[in-house]
Amino acid sequence: MISSDLSIILPEIALAIFAMVALIVAVYTAKDKLAPMLTWLTAAVFVILAFWIGTGSDSTRVAFEGAFVDDGFARFAKVTILLSAAAVLVMSLDYLEKRDLLRFEYPLLIALAAVGMMVMVSAGDLMALYMGLELQSLSLYVVASLRRDSAKSTEAGLKYFVLGALSSGLLLYGASLTYGFAGTTLFAGIIEAAGNEPSLGLIFGLVFLISGFAFKVSAAPFHMWTPDVYEGSPTPVTAFFATAPKVAAMALFARVVHDAFGGNVGDWQQIVAFLAVVSMFLGAIAAIGQTNIKRLMAYSSIAHMGFALMGLAAGTAFGVQAMLIYMAIYVTMNIGTFAFILSMERDGRPVTDIASLKMYSRSEPLKALAMLVLLFSLAGVPPMVGFFGKFYVLRAAYDAGLAWLAIAGVVASVIGAFYYLRIVYFMYFGETEEPLDGQMSPALWAALMVSAAVMVFGVVNLFGIEPLAAAAAETLVN
Amino acid sequence: METIILFAPLVGALIAGFGWRITGEKAAQWITTGLLFLSAFLSWIVFLGHDGVTEQIQIMRWIESGTLSTDWAIRLDRLTAIMLIVITTVSALVHLYSFGYMAHDENFGDDESYRPRFFAYLSFFTFAMLMLVTSDNLVQMFFGWEGVGVASYLLIGFYFRKPSANAAAIKAFVVNRVGDFGFALGIFGLFMLTDSVRFDDIFAAAPALAKTEISFLWAEWNAANLLAVLLFIGAMGKSAQLILHTWLPDAMEGPTPVSALIHAATMVTAGVFLVCRMSPLFEFAPEAKQFVVFLGATTAFFAATVGLVQNDIKRVIAYSTCSQLGYMFVAAGVGVYSVAMFHLLTHAFFKAMLFLGAGSVIHGMHHEQDMRNYGGLRKKLPLTFWAMLIGTLAITGVGIPLTGWIGFAGFASKDAVIESAFVGSAGGYAYWMLVIAALFTSFYSWRLMFLTFWGEPRGNKHTHDHAHESPTVMLVPLGVLALGAIFAGAIWYGSFFGKTNEVVKFFGGKYGEPAHELVEAVAERSPKASELHYVMKSKPGEAAIYIAPENTVLHEAHYVPTWVKLSPFIAMVIGFLTAFQMYIRRPELPAKLAENQRPLYLFLLNKWYFDEIYDFVFVRPAKALGRFLWKRGDGAVIDGGINGLAMGVIPFLTRLAGRAQSGYVFHYAFAMVLGIAIILTWVTISGGAN
Repeated sequence: MISSDLSIILPEIALAIFAMVALIVAVYTAKDKLAPMLTWLTAAVFVILAFWIGTGSDSTRVAFEGAFVDDGFARFAKVTILLSAAAVLVMSLDYLEKRDLLRFEYPLLIALAAVGMMVMVSAGDLMALYMGLELQSLSLYVVASLRRDSAKSTEAGLKYFVLGALSSGLLLYGASLTYGFAGTTLFAGIIEAAGNEPSLGLIFGLVFLISGFAFKVSAAPFHMWTPDVYEGSPTPVTAFFATAPKVAAMALFARVVHDAFGGNVGDWQQIVAFLAVVSMFLGAIAAIGQTNIKRLMAYSSIAHMGFALMGLAAGTAFGVQAMLIYMAIYVTMNIGTFAFILSMERDGRPVTDIASLKMYSRSEPLKALAMLVLLFSLAGVPPMVGFFGKFYVLRAAYDAGLAWLAIAGVVASVIGAFYYLRIVYFMYFGETEEPLDGQMSPALWAALMVSAAVMVFGVVNLFGIEPLAAAAAETLVN
Repeated sequence: METIILFAPLVGALIAGFGWRITGEKAAQWITTGLLFLSAFLSWIVFLGHDGVTEQIQIMRWIESGTLSTDWAIRLDRLTAIMLIVITTVSALVHLYSFGYMAHDENFGDDESYRPRFFAYLSFFTFAMLMLVTSDNLVQMFFGWEGVGVASYLLIGFYFRKPSANAAAIKAFVVNRVGDFGFALGIFGLFMLTDSVRFDDIFAAAPALAKTEISFLWAEWNAANLLAVLLFIGAMGKSAQLILHTWLPDAMEGPTPVSALIHAATMVTAGVFLVCRMSPLFEFAPEAKQFVVFLGATTAFFAATVGLVQNDIKRVIAYSTCSQLGYMFVAAGVGVYSVAMFHLLTHAFFKAMLFLGAGSVIHGMHHEQDMRNYGGLRKKLPLTFWAMLIGTLAITGVGIPLTGWIGFAGFASKDAVIESAFVGSAGGYAYWMLVIAALFTSFYSWRLMFLTFWGEPRGNKHTHDHAHESPTVMLVPLGVLALGAIFAGAIWYGSFFGKTNEVVKFFGGKYGEPAHELVEAVAERSPKASELHYVMKSKPGEAAIYIAPENTVLHEAHYVPTWVKLSPFIAMVIGFLTAFQMYIRRPELPAKLAENQRPLYLFLLNKWYFDEIYDFVFVRPAKALGRFLWKRGDGAVIDGGINGLAMGVIPFLTRLAGRAQSGYVFHYAFAMVLGIAIILTWVTISGGAN
């Protein structure tokens, strides 16, 4: 039995062993001198694993008596997580090297976080869930304060840790309530115990669980950490925060509400819809006041999580499909955008003020154009791919009878368009200030251009992601 | 050959419109004109060689959608053939004429190139008009119908720097839109009931439509009547009939060749053509026909009265056109479609000539259009004078009474209309209206002649001193049209208004013996017309026009009392003598009369106050509504709301959110706890599980 269980969880084990072996090897050999090589190696391992998982079996397999589920949904999420993590790793290299931040632990912490995320999306039991979540979180707390000598960075790491601990507490409380009322921590058992009319205690457990997830996806009102941590962390870490962990948390969210509480859609639908609305509006409105592009991107991600939650709130297979498509598009857009932010510097120092982009199109027309495409896509302007992401979630919400939610989403996206377009305005029409002078590394340049190109050419068929997401959603919701 | 006729103008329009920079201005003008003459030449071959049998020439499959299936095809029958020669001949001559007329134009600077544009528009118009008349189904016809509307709009507003020209162009377009709405409803209705827009199918279904009831505007209607009236509303717009006539006089803002081509000879007759084309439907819609007669007669009278007092030379002719179109509709309405087409044909010649003559005068007088500033131009513009004289003789209907056909073109066709109207309206309203209109026509036509060519020169002396005869390119078209104005009536009298069998044969139908009861009925109604030998035997749609067997107006019109036959001639003489008295012998009389009858004079001068009434009833309320929606609705409510939201509320919320983001961990934790408290309260209150 154990051997078949292990074969199912093999990718996770492989990655964990890689991380640990690399850690020991690096500690006893060249330490930080190995870091660039390790970064590339980790990214390569991520890509290989993604390829392995993506092309592996397409059946649903369960390990450890239901605690670990390997289904289409999990595989879709894992591939997205691994690929985006690989992209962010490669993008970080140049930035970290320049600022002498490239520790050999960095890629390995990311790898451990990835292991945690992979366990999260495959969790079939509250225990497995918590294990994955904490593994991921602890790794992230550390990388947030990677720049140990910077007050801001350590502050970010500390804030994240304290609030993360609080949210973990809430989550654990919810888990214990659920266990107390359902008598099991297995999702399959919880859904049985809940039936169609769950007890109030179970609902309370659900609420606390959801608030824990909401913290991880940074949905309002559990979002407060996001702007501060995004701003304080080194930019590559911010880029990482904005991508893979969001996908993992969102997938976990969907996993729990559907696998463990799939019979009580009506109960969690209103909570998720509430989170979606508050996140969309708060993200859109608060971002208007930001001049720091990293903080701005923090609010942007809050708003985007609101939209993804809208798909989830639909409570249907199509809703999950829409959410998955939205997340895949979101991650792609953010990689491109952060590639650009990583290259923003003047006299070798990173710049994050959006005013510094004034008349950027004059000096760098191609990069400005790529950024314009990405910002339009983030704002959801057709015909960019970002529009289709929004379109899917709006349709899912509307089809599920949540027309008011869809309308609120449209209004929020109109408000949100302002701050994206303001950057475009600065780049093309603003008055010149001191121009940026940074050179882009080939990796960043490629990430920016590929991401922008995807936003334009994806309109043809979204690169075939639609049927994949549909199949993934199908395995989760049935 | 038909395809060449149809597409030559389009090719010309495209070359002149888009390619003149390559070909050069002169070449563009010559290409369009040359292609038009080619078209005209081929049209005459088609017309003279046509044996009356309907031909269909498919160009392409056009629309295929559900049960709507439409070809783009040429339907060539007698009606089309007549329209072909009218359109291409007048258009070719107008193209040629425009060489001279548009040579210099003070509305454009020396370095501005406006001529190729003008010629391209003219050719485009011709193409659209040909599309209209050659169509084989209603959709294609509607395409042509709108195409000429666009061309008309562009040409009326050709002097786009003049606000009045732009206003006139918009007016023409908007008023036509009202008519087109009716036309479109008619097409929809026909498609709904017959499931086809092809003429063949519709005509075959016409007898059934007469027995169908259709519900429209909260009432039950006879389908044939309703649809015929709807189509006629379209015709009213295009042909400037009463209620929808207001755009035509204003359309004179366009250059004069445009007025001659579009607003006299061709486009405005499209409505008449439509009624004739739809004759199989109208024959089954007696009430609709009565409506057509009534409206046509009223328009003929109304426009003639207004024409009496206008001072702008082009406006006089414009009202005259409006009036003559009324004649055509009366003829069509009483069921003698051949006569309507006859008057259309002759009118095209003499009215185009009058307009081109007027253009020649205007050109010679340096764009002075007020007749009060003319006078004594006979000597200065001798050839133009002769052309205008022929045109006037033709429009007033000079000929030898009681022969029927020996006379100028207008004589043959107008008398035919009036005699038919006598029979068709049983000697009533339509007949008297037309006779009175004939008197007025004679009066205003001669008034125009006398004011322009006789008497003492008035107005600016400098202008008169420099008045000059127009160049040859402008005089040649006048000469050609003069031939038509003189001979067209006599040549085709038999074909359009001869014995029933002749007419039916000309239009490609079969004739045969009438039913016995019908002969008796006719003999009883008018004893002189008892020798009814033939009636039309073709089924609806088989021939170019359809005349129901019971419709014997064409036959009976030949046997009206002698006083009826004389009446238009007498009216014409009275009109001439009155004009002679007032403008040659005692030129002070008109002013005195206008003084004595001031209310009547003002009433006529202001065109029965139609424009003022429309302005009050439609234009101003529409503008007021628009202004309300713009200032209050859009400006105050929508802009105010959005701006208030975007510049007031949202920034306030932004500041609030910014303040909440204090940076203190305990604030953040508090927000989380608050959030969870809200959610928990909510799920508890809302019943939790249920």
